[in-house]
Amino acid sequence: MNTALVVAASLVYLGLLFAVAYFVEHGGRGSARLSRSSIVYTLSLAVYCSSWTFAGGIGRASQSGIDFLPTYLGPTLAFCLGFVLIRKVLRVSRANRITSIADLIGARFGKSTGLAALVTVIAVVGMVPYLALQLKSISSGLDVLAAGAPLVDVTSIPVLADGAFWAAVVLTVFAMLFGSRSLHPDEHHPGMVVAVALESILKLVALTAVGVFVCFGLFHGVGDLFARGAANPAIAGLYTHGGVGRGIDWLAMTALAAAAILCLPRQFQVMVVENVEERHLDRALWLFPLYLLAINLFVLPIAVAGRLTMPVGADPDSLVLTVPLAAGAPWLALIAFLGGLSASASMVVVEATALSLMVCNDVVMPALLRWRSLGLAERPDLTRLLLWIRRIAMIGVMALGYLYMRWDSQRYALVSIGLMSFVAVAQFAPAIVGGLFWRGASKAGAVAGISAGFAVWLYTEFLPSLAQSGSLPPAFVEHGLFGLSWLRPYALFGLNGLDPVTHGFFWTMLANLGAFIGVSLLARQSAIERAQAALFVDAFRFDAAAQIWRRTAHLPDLVTLAARFLGRERADAAFAAWGRERGVDAAKTVHADAELVLFGERLLAGVVGAASARVLVGSVVQEEPLGVDEVMRLLDETSRLIQANRQLEEKSRELEAATSNLQAANARLQVLDRLKDDFVATVNHELRTPLTSIRTFSEILRNHPDLPLGERQEFLRVVVAESERLTRLINQLLDLSKIEADGTAARPLAPLDVAAVAADCAASMRQVFATNRVALSLAIGSEPAWTMGDRDRLVQVVVNLLANAAKFSPPGEGRVTLAVSAEADAVEIAVADNGPGVPAAEREIVFERFRQGGDPLTDKPGGVGLGLAICQRIVAQHGGRIWVEDAPDGGALFRVRLLRTAARAEPLAAAE
Amino acid sequence: MQLSTRRRDRLIGLFVAGAVLLNPPVLDLFSGGWVFGIPSLYAYFFTVWALLIVGLALVLEGSRARPDDRDDGAP
Repeated sequence: MNTALVVAASLVYLGLLFAVAYFVEHGGRGSARLSRSSIVYTLSLAVYCSSWTFAGGIGRASQSGIDFLPTYLGPTLAFCLGFVLIRKVLRVSRANRITSIADLIGARFGKSTGLAALVTVIAVVGMVPYLALQLKSISSGLDVLAAGAPLVDVTSIPVLADGAFWAAVVLTVFAMLFGSRSLHPDEHHPGMVVAVALESILKLVALTAVGVFVCFGLFHGVGDLFARGAANPAIAGLYTHGGVGRGIDWLAMTALAAAAILCLPRQFQVMVVENVEERHLDRALWLFPLYLLAINLFVLPIAVAGRLTMPVGADPDSLVLTVPLAAGAPWLALIAFLGGLSASASMVVVEATALSLMVCNDVVMPALLRWRSLGLAERPDLTRLLLWIRRIAMIGVMALGYLYMRWDSQRYALVSIGLMSFVAVAQFAPAIVGGLFWRGASKAGAVAGISAGFAVWLYTEFLPSLAQSGSLPPAFVEHGLFGLSWLRPYALFGLNGLDPVTHGFFWTMLANLGAFIGVSLLARQSAIERAQAALFVDAFRFDAAAQIWRRTAHLPDLVTLAARFLGRERADAAFAAWGRERGVDAAKTVHADAELVLFGERLLAGVVGAASARVLVGSVVQEEPLGVDEVMRLLDETSRLIQANRQLEEKSRELEAATSNLQAANARLQVLDRLKDDFVATVNHELRTPLTSIRTFSEILRNHPDLPLGERQEFLRVVVAESERLTRLINQLLDLSKIEADGTAARPLAPLDVAAVAADCAASMRQVFATNRVALSLAIGSEPAWTMGDRDRLVQVVVNLLANAAKFSPPGEGRVTLAVSAEADAVEIAVADNGPGVPAAEREIVFERFRQGGDPLTDKPGGVGLGLAICQRIVAQHGGRIWVEDAPDGGALFRVRLLRTAARAEPLAAAE
Repeated sequence: MQLSTRRRDRLIGLFVAGAVLLNPPVLDLFSGGWVFGIPSLYAYFFTVWALLIVGLALVLEGSRARPDDRDDGAP
């Protein structure tokens, strides 16, 4: 097949992918829906299936049968637990704006810069062979399509003629375009995610197409294919599995893959960092295993077909291309190549993005920030610098991958290289899982565990791989370091009979877990470690970071700091959004409290990582020193605190209710107190006025014995009148206090006819009405209206009401109506006048003592202001109600409503 | 909370079932025979795998209605 055609097809394909990514990033129609879909999220997770699946899986299947499957069983089982585990990672990462696996581990163990850097270094070293594998896969794919078989030794050709070199260059540019075009506070790359999702579809389609072609084009169905394989004893062995050694290998592989799905930097990138909504995970938890199942369905048939149709000794990793080529289907081979290219490209782009992020945020930036003479901390805008550091990191990582591929990977199958990388990143699993579920996991433990695991990995996996390719003397692999046979890297301490990967995995995990748990149990945690541990372990219950870090800052400093890393506009927008959420105007705030400082730190953490963000924020905040004891007290009892907190909330709700009751009561008391003062003042005034005139006139009479008789008579008349008024007042006061003191059971109640009472009262008041020149008309029904009551008291009520009406009606044209009406269960007395009426606002208070219409001290209509108060109390004692409303012709209409009883219904009461 | 705890327990149950059924030594019991022209090892593995995924889907999607998620389909 023409190489130029293949290269052109590949470039067009990659160009198309970029166009899609560009379209999505620039908000093309429907792109938001696309990048916010759970299906796209799931498909992006399939970046897990790199060219290793595509080509290496088939190679493995053609050599050892079902052994290719644990790599997919592991993630499936891990996803069964994803509801607990991955969701927690998501939650924690979102809350703390964590953008990489190094950041996650660093942040969990006290925002440690050193630990994050260690994780980054291990990730880079571990991923370099894996990246090399992708390049190797692309270059050997090109060779197969061009020449029918991969080249045996690429080192013989110059670099510039090497397809892998150009693949590396193109993919690096691709990664830079996708992964580091601009800075986002959340490190979302929707364009990259959609492109990866598309590549995942093509991977699946291509492999399935080849599988269908093999099963139904080359053979008569799957049964025929397997049956022909079974005829060959060498191939029949692929159909079986068994034996203790292979069982252990299988289990180790499953565990390794389960750890890798959590720990691979690219997996973390698509699964956690690029996650838009947490609920997408729920769907991905079953859809992603389904994808894995689908893409593996045809792996064994293709492998068996390859064994049947290809000559013995053909490169197993190229079967997906060589089988269609040999069968005369070059176009299918091209599709398969593009599928493999998709697998490699998506893996390389996402991995390079994730690694560059880690290198930049967790190694380069912290180092540069500490290098004071560089003056970096004072530079106004660092966004471009950050982007360039990332781009250079991508170039560096890809260069390492290429170099490894060119000089080291030739002797290895794809799967072995991939598994070696898996073992390297699996070293993060204990720290991550332990860190999320075990509060006692300490930084010292994590450092010890990861270092020990990595050291063992170097010795049992990486160095031997270098030795096998001739870069290191091979003697130590054969005979052990210094000739000590128990130090042989593939049979450490004499552990024989295991696959090198299983062997390495076992020893690294033993060292890692042992050191991690052992040191964590022994070491003491610092204050910040305890704080972070509680935040991570109790992620679902507890977010009180702001309470722990009592830091304050000058807000403009904080915004300026964020602006240097995010750009002024993004920083301002972020703080403004924060302010809106809490109803504060960020522009007018000067003092940043602990919560706001934490927000700023997390904003920065999204761009430069948790550790660097802490250092940066540290430069602008005043932090109160935090003692270990204090943090222990604050956090070690988190659960108890939460419990207590709930109880407190309940209590405080009760208290709030009680408080509002008390406040109401207090307000009422204050009103009563004021009323009492008013009352005393009024009584004082009311008593003093007649007394003063009596005294004045008496003194005049005493001092002027020679006053004319007429004048003396007049003065004596005033004295007598005022004395009567005083007596009346005192009587009424006594009455009132007696009524109030007696309560309801003052006097025995007797049945009485209200109509008769009213008529009597009207008769006795005729003279008063005549004096005031007010007309009194009666509307009293002929039938009796019986109620239980105290006759004298009720007379008092009616007389008071009539006296009031007479008093307030305009003399000459005043008209007062007294009405009594009987209803089924009530008797109503109504007294209407055509005076000024009672304004709505005063309809309640006229029934209070000394409260007359208007100001009681200046506006004196002639009463003492106790009449209505007495009426109200008497009516209340009778279980009735008195109120005032507007009369039909504008005056006041007082209504008294009493309970009606049947006529003479209660002879007992009557007898008393 | 109740619902979420029950879902969690079911998912852990699926994990245990998958881990036991799809790993040696149970897996090795199916080595060697044939089912409908397919090696029984593969037929068994893929069938149990598929059932495991169906179980996951039922637990994760079945126990609650999510109207807001319904139209959030493929491109």
